[in-house]
Amino acid sequence: MKIDVSHVTKQFGSFAALAGVDLEIKSGELVALLGPSGSGKTTLLRIIAGLEWPDEGQVFFDGTDALARSVRERHVGFVFQHYALFRHLTVFENVAFGLRVKPRRRRPDEAKIRAKVHELLDLVQLRPLAERHPNQLSGGQRQRIALARALAIEPSVLLLDEPFGALDAKVRKELRRWLRHLHESINVTSVFVTHDQEEALEVADRVVVMDKGRIEQVGTPEEVYERPATSFVHDFIGESVVIPVSVADGALHFGGGRLALDSQGVHTGDARLFVRPADIHVGPPDDAPLKGTVKRVHGIGSARRLEIDLVPAYSIEIDASGTGATPGDLIGLTPNRYRVFAVGA
Amino acid sequence: MPHWLDLMLQSLGPLLWAGLVFTVPLTLLAFALGLGLGFLTALARLYGPRPLAALARFYVWIIRGTPLLVQLFVIFYGLPSLGILLDAFPAALIGFTINVGAYTSEIVRAVIAAIPKGQWEASFSIGMSWSQAMRRTVLPQASRIAVPPLSNSFISLVKDTSLAAAITVPELFQAAQRVVATTYEPLIIYVEAALIYLALSSVLSALQNRLEAALARSAGALEPAA
Repeated sequence: MKIDVSHVTKQFGSFAALAGVDLEIKSGELVALLGPSGSGKTTLLRIIAGLEWPDEGQVFFDGTDALARSVRERHVGFVFQHYALFRHLTVFENVAFGLRVKPRRRRPDEAKIRAKVHELLDLVQLRPLAERHPNQLSGGQRQRIALARALAIEPSVLLLDEPFGALDAKVRKELRRWLRHLHESINVTSVFVTHDQEEALEVADRVVVMDKGRIEQVGTPEEVYERPATSFVHDFIGESVVIPVSVADGALHFGGGRLALDSQGVHTGDARLFVRPADIHVGPPDDAPLKGTVKRVHGIGSARRLEIDLVPAYSIEIDASGTGATPGDLIGLTPNRYRVFAVGA
Repeated sequence: MPHWLDLMLQSLGPLLWAGLVFTVPLTLLAFALGLGLGFLTALARLYGPRPLAALARFYVWIIRGTPLLVQLFVIFYGLPSLGILLDAFPAALIGFTINVGAYTSEIVRAVIAAIPKGQWEASFSIGMSWSQAMRRTVLPQASRIAVPPLSNSFISLVKDTSLAAAITVPELFQAAQRVVATTYEPLIIYVEAALIYLALSSVLSALQNRLEAALARSAGALEPAA
């Protein structure tokens, strides 16, 4: 199922949760909605599901108007952040519930229901727990049951709201890999919300980076990491060293001096220079575009990092695995790769 | 045999009979009907259109704000002025039902509201209609949290039925009054009546405990809402 979101806005009181969002999700894709809290990612997911309605805009499933249908008619599988398993039912009944409540003429018989539930419990590797109640399961097990329950109705879209958000780091990593494999085997169009960039970059085919109710960038994990479209994306994804600069006469200036760096076409005014810490070369101060004094060294080996006071006063921290710099040294810094964004871009 | 014991044993028959024939049926019927009324009232307040919700609120306000004894008098002694004549037992049943309905509607409202929104949404997302979600997801969970407060109402009701004596229902307490009128032993007979009420409510408390235990066993204890 292909999903098209067009010009969607949503206001909660005076807070604009979504300020005009356009998004196209291809059939069979696994897409991550990534952003800080308050960025609107969960609201967008809930609007696609039919749990929330936009103030304006449209949502299409395979070209048909999804907003004309309620959540139960949209045939989406939804996995909730806090699982929302039915606490009065066993694991088996939780998964079977979506089949049992179908209208009689479309309801499978008991044998078919059992077969389907067992197949799903095998898929999530929890068949031995079929007769347990949700409160007897661990967080990771509950989330997998929630997924099995969502898949039982054979949804045309699978939507997951921070699916691993409430789990500890190790379980998260396992489930992440497992979700990736699951998606490869069932290949249903899937959208998941996360605030964890590592999760988004590792699992998704495409990442939608959101901030303040807007989409900042849509791209493959490589694209959003290697070629961030906005300063927000550069800052939010991966580590960045950010230096406040200004653009004048087509050149970058920092601390009153002109930098031997490209202004990348940014217009005159305040701007910011973004560099990945690993992309900064440390050398002698002579011709380097930036100079600074090593203030502190922490960590050892590949985790060695330098805290540097740039000239004039501005403090940054970089990777320094290959340098022998010690506190007090005056060093030169050359960004091998960097991006310049006007303030506000 | 001491005099008091002799007296208690002699009057036990009439008191128990009155309890069996009037107090117990009045309690059971009024509670069952009152719970139904309370459920409808709660639904009206939670989901009804505005006028219906306002009507439900008004009903609860009036009933909770006036004495039960006065309500019974209005029904039994007051309504005949409007041409509505009721026998004592039906009058009492109506009065208690209306009263129980108002109090239990608040309980039902609270326990339905206590079920997390996610349970509704999860129900809708797997294809349930509103009434399916209500019947199959929300009420089974809500009824479990409702057992202790509803038991409270039920036990209160057993004792409150003694007020029906004032509108001439020949229930347990009225039977005791009649015995006192012939024996002039108010202390002994009223203590005996009190002991019978105590026995009835103790049985109900025990039933409540067993019901709670059975519900906990049948479906695992509910954990606090996330």
